[in-house]
Amino acid sequence: MNNSYETVIGLEVHVELSTATKIFCGCRTDFGGAPNSHTCPVCTGMPGTLPVLNKKVLEAAIAVGLATGCEITRVGRFDRKNYFYPDNPQNYQISQLYFPICRKGSVEIETKAGKKSIGITEIHMEEDAGKLYHAEDGTSLVDYNRSGVPLLEIVTEPDLSSGEEAVAFLEKLRTMISYLGVSDCKMQEGSMRADVNLSVRKPGEDLGTRTEMKNLGSFRSVIRAAEAETKRQIDLLEAGEQVLQETRRFDEASGTSFSMRSKEEARDYRYFPDPDLPPVVVSDELIEKIRSEAPEHREARILRFEKEYGLPEYDCKILTETKTLGDFFEEAALIAGAGDGKAAPTEENVSSSYKKVSNYIMGELLRLQKERGMDEDEIPMSPEHLAELIRMTEEGLITGTVAKQIFEVMFDKDCDPRAYANEQDLCILKNEGVIESAVDQILATETGPVAEYLSGKEKVLGYLVGQTMKALQVKADAGEIRALLLKRLKDRSE
Amino acid sequence: MNMNEKTDMNPLAEQVLDRIRRQEDLLRCYISYDIEAVRKQAASVEKKIKDGEFRSPFAGIPYAVKDNLCTAGIRTTCGSKMLEHFVPAYDAAVVEKMKAAGAVLIGKTNMDEFAFGSSTETSFFGPTRNPADLSRTPGGSSGGSAAAVASGEAVMALGTDTGGSVRQPASHCGVVGTKPTYGVISRWGLIAYASSMDTVGTLTRSVEDAATLLDVLVGEDERDSTSLPHPRPGFREILNSDVRSLRIGIPADLIDAGVSDPVASSLETAAKALKEAGAIVERFEIGLADYLVPTYYLIAMAEASSNLERFDGVKYGYRTADPASLSDLYQKSRAEAFGEEVKRRIMLGTYVLSSGFYDEYYLKALKVRRLIKETYDRAFCKFDCILTPTAPTTSPLLGEKPDPISVYESDLFTVSANLTGCPAISVPWSRDEKGLPIGIQLMADVFCEGTMLRAANALETLREVRFYE
Repeated sequence: MNNSYETVIGLEVHVELSTATKIFCGCRTDFGGAPNSHTCPVCTGMPGTLPVLNKKVLEAAIAVGLATGCEITRVGRFDRKNYFYPDNPQNYQISQLYFPICRKGSVEIETKAGKKSIGITEIHMEEDAGKLYHAEDGTSLVDYNRSGVPLLEIVTEPDLSSGEEAVAFLEKLRTMISYLGVSDCKMQEGSMRADVNLSVRKPGEDLGTRTEMKNLGSFRSVIRAAEAETKRQIDLLEAGEQVLQETRRFDEASGTSFSMRSKEEARDYRYFPDPDLPPVVVSDELIEKIRSEAPEHREARILRFEKEYGLPEYDCKILTETKTLGDFFEEAALIAGAGDGKAAPTEENVSSSYKKVSNYIMGELLRLQKERGMDEDEIPMSPEHLAELIRMTEEGLITGTVAKQIFEVMFDKDCDPRAYANEQDLCILKNEGVIESAVDQILATETGPVAEYLSGKEKVLGYLVGQTMKALQVKADAGEIRALLLKRLKDRSE
Repeated sequence: MNMNEKTDMNPLAEQVLDRIRRQEDLLRCYISYDIEAVRKQAASVEKKIKDGEFRSPFAGIPYAVKDNLCTAGIRTTCGSKMLEHFVPAYDAAVVEKMKAAGAVLIGKTNMDEFAFGSSTETSFFGPTRNPADLSRTPGGSSGGSAAAVASGEAVMALGTDTGGSVRQPASHCGVVGTKPTYGVISRWGLIAYASSMDTVGTLTRSVEDAATLLDVLVGEDERDSTSLPHPRPGFREILNSDVRSLRIGIPADLIDAGVSDPVASSLETAAKALKEAGAIVERFEIGLADYLVPTYYLIAMAEASSNLERFDGVKYGYRTADPASLSDLYQKSRAEAFGEEVKRRIMLGTYVLSSGFYDEYYLKALKVRRLIKETYDRAFCKFDCILTPTAPTTSPLLGEKPDPISVYESDLFTVSANLTGCPAISVPWSRDEKGLPIGIQLMADVFCEGTMLRAANALETLREVRFYE
């Protein structure tokens, strides 16, 4: 790519809020449900109905505004964005243009290039549209279950200079918002979507003509779309042509974009203040209440985990990547740290339990999530079971290797590890006679390695331990096997 | 008619049904009514009254509802082909309240299409005739409601008033038309024309009825974010006709802008009567007279253009046959189902909201609206009520079809109450040489319905012309 250009990106991010009810009526917002089962006269645009603002939506918008350092608009308004389309039952969307709820904030991101502050132009509240289904016979059907689901639109300044930075911003935003508990921000489920506004210029020049790419649904497509669009614009300029101001759609499959509509074709939305909704007046008290009730954010949680659980910073950063993971860790750690209730656990035992929980999560859980192609927020097992598993290893009931096996089963089936171990006969063999006869058996069959050992190649011991373990189906303690092997071999060498 | 049925019926309901039977084919007050349903309703209410279930003064009283107020299970057309077969699943808040009070719904009254008009002639269902003179319009847009009350086809009626649509037909038909303060009656279930000015109003035979009816209708509603509680309710209880020391202002510049002679002299005799009853009546300059009507229409049309977008042939209402595409469906459905005046207002409203014109028209109109509000705020520091005619002339002949601008201009006296949110009432005061009713309007500051009704009651008491047999 031609390096004499720089890329300028601004984002418009739509975040679907996870309030129980819609923004202007009492209908439920949860996914699923038969088409048009979560609807009422208001969200289907029936004549004579009126919108009433859901206070939880306002509070969520303010919480996000405070987390992103925005000014909160004290007297805001809702405006109507007028356009005809069947997914929009009133043929206008209630949104905010003139007095959005939040303005002028910033979010700090960190990439390989270092730290950078990204300006937030504004955050506004609006309603989602319904869904259209086009049947093969040419008819179309509309499902208004999503109509009126609350959205926040977060608009950044053109402060981003690459797809990587855009993704770093989106990831940071996702973490912040999911920590606030106001949205789950799942791009693949559409609860977070991004429009990329992009232009290129030579350093020092004025901003170039920008294009807008609509509705990118994954971090990967944000990066790819940004790269492809940067290249397209540079190629145009290098060929002496002009970049047209237009809206483009990025096609994930081909990795290219195509024009949807030019500036001339841009719709005139005839925005005007919605006369059905009075001004949104935000008091100092409300802002203070939201500020004081804001849940712990990630940075605070990292510090707290280091302090309370005595974990290394590295662990804490990984464990707090999503709020769900941190919550899972904390629940499992608290149960594991409480001991078995028979004797008060020592401080040393407790902190070693915490570290074990962390290790299982960082090692096993994240690996399995990835292997199963699961979402970061998806943890199919209960923290109680992880704590129980750790307790079993501490009690010396199972070996570390067996524990990992059981973990995988627990991850997939969320079963009780103690019951499972008993059922599958996985507990450590306490019968010394069985271990002794296994050791003797190995010594008798593995004559070669035994001879090697006796001739001074002590490394072979590991192999012999492993073979014995295998014969015992990993149900014995490796230390015990090792000690016994050493004893027998010593007897022979004498 | 079955004798038993008759004894079960409220005599008032029977009278009203009798009037309907005799006159309705001629007057056409109603778009929809069902005599059998009314009879059943009246009988059941009568039983509940005897059982002590209804104690409201309206229990068993037959009333009519303008056809832009939703009635569950009864079609609500807005006087338009677009909603010819639309049956809402819900009642308007005011209809709920009337039901709860035990009032008996006679039917849905005729109106200008989507309340766009001043004569009820833009109705898809044809015009209503003025009971005072069958060759004339009843006014509008609540013409059906006004004519029904004037002719005895209802004891009282609900209307809606966005720029004078309750008061002007009341004036033309010789009944009392009341528009309370914006927001004190819920708009839930009122099919919107201009949301920032739409107000449910009442058409009654007396000021006392109006006060009693308002007491039933006012109240905050959580379904309407623009609704508010009335700080001084209980209008009926405090109603009297004492106007001593009441300060009444007549905005000379508005009157001079042009009223017919009979209307001018009617205003004079009303002012004189009030003065003799002890009121302090003064002429004054209100200012901004030239801006009232243009400001009103700019804002009303802008809001209307957006409010009527939902009528698109997709979800309910009229849909064109065999559309070729989605835009064809929109265009044909709307072109075929909306009347001329509706199209005019949608186009003008769309224009003033368009990019490049928004600041010049719509935003400017909002600024002027604020100036008008300030002007009236100042006037209400000096006066308790502002006295004007309700309409510059008496009722025009049916089919006259004057040009739209002159129709809009005839709203001069009524639109300021909608632009400012103030209450206003039209009281029948006199008749012109042809015997056509002339109404006098009293307007008061927001929430001052009590004072306004008192002055209106005084006018009614002082009136020398009889309006009902």
